[in-house]
Amino acid sequence: MDEPIVIVGGGLAGYQSAKEIRRLDGQVPICLISSDGADFYSKPMLSNAFASGKTPDSLILKRASEMASEIGIEVIHERKVDAIHPESREISTGEGRMGYSKLVLALGADPIRLPVEGEMYSVNDLLDYRKFRQALAGKRRIAILGAGLIGCEFANDLLSAGFEVDVFDIASQPLGRLVPPECGEWIMKRMKGVGWHFNASVTRFEEGRVHLADGSSHAADVLLSAVGLVPRTKLALDAGLACGRGIRVNEFLQTSVGDIHAIGDCMEFEGMVLPFVMPIMHASKALASNILGKEMKLAFPPMPVVVKTPLAPTVVCPPKPGLDGAWHTEGGEEGMKSLFLGEEGKMLGFCLCGKAVSEKNALARTLG
Amino acid sequence: MKKWQCVVCGFVYEEALGMPEEGIAAGTRWEDIPEGWNCPDCGVAKSDFEMVEI
Repeated sequence: MDEPIVIVGGGLAGYQSAKEIRRLDGQVPICLISSDGADFYSKPMLSNAFASGKTPDSLILKRASEMASEIGIEVIHERKVDAIHPESREISTGEGRMGYSKLVLALGADPIRLPVEGEMYSVNDLLDYRKFRQALAGKRRIAILGAGLIGCEFANDLLSAGFEVDVFDIASQPLGRLVPPECGEWIMKRMKGVGWHFNASVTRFEEGRVHLADGSSHAADVLLSAVGLVPRTKLALDAGLACGRGIRVNEFLQTSVGDIHAIGDCMEFEGMVLPFVMPIMHASKALASNILGKEMKLAFPPMPVVVKTPLAPTVVCPPKPGLDGAWHTEGGEEGMKSLFLGEEGKMLGFCLCGKAVSEKNALARTLG
Repeated sequence: MKKWQCVVCGFVYEEALGMPEEGIAAGTRWEDIPEGWNCPDCGVAKSDFEMVEI
């Protein structure tokens, strides 16, 4: 019998790949292996679960067994993949070796941990979130390390749930890597219930206080770290796959080694790591087609990122890395519209806040 | 009128409001939206939405 297509990873990228392959081929055996329970849940909702009235349990949409029967695949959960053997087309798990016809790496990413002394939570999957929610029980003051996308979303969600929230970042504004300073300021004002601390470097958290490098300290009961993700590349590196920040793939989602593909938060494409949902939706279609032998180039359309901060609605479509240009911003209290313009006034990216977010799709079409 | 929520990203479609900027008039029922429609926020297919009780 033919070896199955093996997908390593039970997150959205893994399941979405399985669905797209199955959509094109009703017969080919597919096996998805996950180191965790492989229950299917909405990851973007982790950072706005309070506002949508969700608990860690109610975030689960379908159990692994339901996913398996619905898509028509085998799901092996709670099993870690220890090594890839490209020469024999096999992987090693705790239960021995297993052959594959094609291998899809949907390994995800790990939260970056800064060298801060003391207990610190980070949330990048449902299990993390469960622990974080338990830690919140009976607590009031939450400190968040990082004013990026996830930090801002958690700040909004925790604030709306009645917590006191302080956010610390070494940058000088929220969403510093994504939006121009005027938009950052607008977001800050809208989320004025949050204690913002910029140009602030947290060194330790002990005895209910967050300590900064400048010697000051702030009261907090729980510290949440949200300073970004680093793609999981170890399994790939050990097997000799080319990796940069992530596992490198070409426009056919192929890694540098034959019959091995990568997708999702672990993937690097054209120098970019895109840990968002929309790239997975596009990439999984191309991946499925290529795996089944029909070439399809991966081409990302403009993919605006919706920042889930209801207090300060924001959409950003950052310019591709390396493009020259400048932000041109207009607006006021009701909203901000900022366009990143390159040579000859060509729009290369945009950021919309407040009322202006309604222009998202029109602007995205102009970009594309 | 009902509300529908994208199970992946949480986007909510309110039938009463529609999405006029997308050419979907206010009051358009969920079943009248084309099958090829995708979530405007995350790209998930219409078949992956679920209804939210209101």
